[in-house]
Amino acid sequence: MAEATAAYKVIGTRPVRPDGADKVTGRAIYGADMRLTGMLHGKMLRSPHAHARIKSIDTSKAKALPGVRAVVTAHDMPKAEDRMANLGEMAVNVKHLSNNALAYDKVLYRGHAVAAVAATNVHIAEEAVGLIEVDYEVLPAAIDVLDAMKDDAPILHEDLKATELGQQTDKVSNVVNHFQFKLGEPGTGFEEADVVIEREFDTATVHQGYIEPHNATAMWNEEGHLSVWTSTQGAFVVQRQVAEVLGISVSQVSVTPCEIGGGFGGKISVYLEPVAAVLSRQTGRPVKIVMSRIEEFEGTGPTPASHIKVKIGATNDGRIVAAEAALMYEAGAFPGSPVTAGAMCIFSPYAIPNMQVDGYDVVVNKPKTAAYRAPGATNAAFASETIIDEIAEQLGMDPLEIRRLNGAKEGDRQVHGPTYPRIGYLETVHAALEHEHYQSPLTGPNRGRGVASGFWFNVGFQSTVVINVNSDGTVSLVEGSTDIGGTRASIAMQAAETLGIPYEDVKPTVAGTDGVGYTDVTGGSRTTFATGYAAYEASQDVIRQMRERAAERWNRESEEGDSAAQLAADDVSYSDGVFRCAKDPSKTMTFKEMADMMPRTGGPITGRATSQPRGVGGAFATHVVDVEVDPDTGKVSVLRYTATQDVGTAIHPSYVEGQIQGGAVQGIGWALNEEFVYNKDGSMVNASFLDYRMPTTLDLPMIDTVLVEVPNPGHPYGVRGVGEVPIVPPPAALANAIYRATGKRMKNLPMSPTYILSQLEQE
Amino acid sequence: MATVFIPAMLQSLTDGATQLQVAGNTVRALINILEERFPGFKDRLLQDGDLRPDIAVAVDGEFAVDLIERVHPDSEVHFVPPISGGV
Repeated sequence: MAEATAAYKVIGTRPVRPDGADKVTGRAIYGADMRLTGMLHGKMLRSPHAHARIKSIDTSKAKALPGVRAVVTAHDMPKAEDRMANLGEMAVNVKHLSNNALAYDKVLYRGHAVAAVAATNVHIAEEAVGLIEVDYEVLPAAIDVLDAMKDDAPILHEDLKATELGQQTDKVSNVVNHFQFKLGEPGTGFEEADVVIEREFDTATVHQGYIEPHNATAMWNEEGHLSVWTSTQGAFVVQRQVAEVLGISVSQVSVTPCEIGGGFGGKISVYLEPVAAVLSRQTGRPVKIVMSRIEEFEGTGPTPASHIKVKIGATNDGRIVAAEAALMYEAGAFPGSPVTAGAMCIFSPYAIPNMQVDGYDVVVNKPKTAAYRAPGATNAAFASETIIDEIAEQLGMDPLEIRRLNGAKEGDRQVHGPTYPRIGYLETVHAALEHEHYQSPLTGPNRGRGVASGFWFNVGFQSTVVINVNSDGTVSLVEGSTDIGGTRASIAMQAAETLGIPYEDVKPTVAGTDGVGYTDVTGGSRTTFATGYAAYEASQDVIRQMRERAAERWNRESEEGDSAAQLAADDVSYSDGVFRCAKDPSKTMTFKEMADMMPRTGGPITGRATSQPRGVGGAFATHVVDVEVDPDTGKVSVLRYTATQDVGTAIHPSYVEGQIQGGAVQGIGWALNEEFVYNKDGSMVNASFLDYRMPTTLDLPMIDTVLVEVPNPGHPYGVRGVGEVPIVPPPAALANAIYRATGKRMKNLPMSPTYILSQLEQE
Repeated sequence: MATVFIPAMLQSLTDGATQLQVAGNTVRALINILEERFPGFKDRLLQDGDLRPDIAVAVDGEFAVDLIERVHPDSEVHFVPPISGGV
């Protein structure tokens, strides 16, 4: 067990997570565990084609199957408006959201849902799905981003006009948005450069790979109220999406978040919830739908494949003077790839006076992409960090030294405009440079060491926390943030620290939309920061009430003794779990005593706070990796891995380390093996975990972590979001390591054995 | 006066100017003044009287939650894409 830092009693310790026992014993309730009286089971019919017009759907045979209670298509849903809806954390086009849940007139990717069945058991539902007859007019498909950008490419949306540099045009195109960021004069900057390197890169579509598939159970009751139980990163965002798609008020929808088996950004958008709701409305019974793993791959949102061009120039003394990039990201079937974030992050670690980044959001006949841990940033960093490495090599510089020389710090301007607040990028580089891993020699044939850095934003958004004081001096904390990665613990620890009570005396509960105030998704590395901020404020609210009650009680006691003392709350201090009278040191009361006296001092005490905090602190990471490449097979073995990261203040160091290790491992999988493999007609041919190769413990060394603590001044405890940035550096770090092992620069992800062999064979 | 940084995509409206000094005490006031000087500016930022869903405003590095966000004479104002996230 680590000791708390000198400044804190709870923060910095490593207590047991409150949800741990339930999860390891199987008591935790996940969405697939839902059982309701009279519940029906739903199944989806999905498109076998990547692009086709739906000419007709005949559901009569399916409906006639005994046990089938309902069959629905998009025509059973309200016709969605073509408008953007603000969902708090994000805005979505309601029509696209609805048409992604059930295709309206066209299917836009293989796996696109076309119809749904509710039946008395899942086997009947599956059989009924096979009886639905769909007449398709198969259309040519645009599978690859560069192909989809061509003028003669098959068009996915005939009604979608391209936006060019902020202005809508009349051009119908798969390139739905082209935007640009510019800082300084890149042309002039490149003229000053002694070394200019320009390369193009491709990255493949990858999936978040969460263990638990999407699921939804819906019950639309006779009073017109819809209850939804689901696996989600944000119950309120599901509530809003469902209400928008079904054309009802948010007050008609209650969402209960079940325990979540991983999300990584993939469990924000709704897929099954509106469909289960419509099936429930038609049947008058609760309906549960659980996706299979194949449906997960073919029918949910992966992170995009991309094509990226990067050009960087530096002077002979190692100063980077100009950088340009063009990022072309696949949005999938509907607009909205994370290309803007990729464009904002691609040069983030560096203070470069002249930069231009162009971004292109391109629809293709693949599933609509979703967020995935630092969405957009990993693709971008693979390209930029590879070239930084190459420039360092050409200049004869250490690859970490060039990063230290050019590293961004407080006050430096980002490509999209704002300057950085206090950040800790240089500290991560320094930690990597000084680390025993980097200082130790790497010997042996076919081995190489690589480094890379990365950045991801944090966001604030909205959170609510309520703290109810119990008579025994413990508190029950109610929050709306789905617990991912131990956030029950990290929120409870901030409350315990503020309240001056033991961590074990805080009982955290995640509530649904009927149980707590509005709270945005667990995403954007925001939860420990923003919901933690609300927990801090709610705890302060409890203390404020207790100080008022202590003053009032001591005033009454004084009156009994004919004393004229008139204490106010300001005369009562609180520290280390004890309230003290500033004017009379003999008067003290502990937190537990105050809790016990609640019935005699005014009744229950409930602290509450909402937060929409500013002062978010961005997160930087620098990774070091050693590899060995088998020249005969192309297989890459990861020998050693060290991740340094500015984590602000590590509330629960074990969970921070876990986030870093998990992110790094996902990045390693993205780098070396993971990809959606498509054939020419747009069918994914590896839609199972047998064929979609994620790394296992047998593929990995221990991921060593270095927690660099540069507290964020925008949070009372210095919290920065830590969950996303660790996925950003791995592909570039591995590419740079593979280069040193093989002499070949990697330009494609994944760097699979097949790809590496193809590069080794090139002279 | 606040310094408004003009995104690359709007610089065609401002004769190539990359930043402008604008007197206004809220984001909306700044946009209205810029609209007077550069007609069409507002349409590129607003939709139904509010910021377009694909645009956010950062005042001194902090995202504004409303168009009536206070702007100070020494403030920096940027029009940037909104950010969400994954984990």
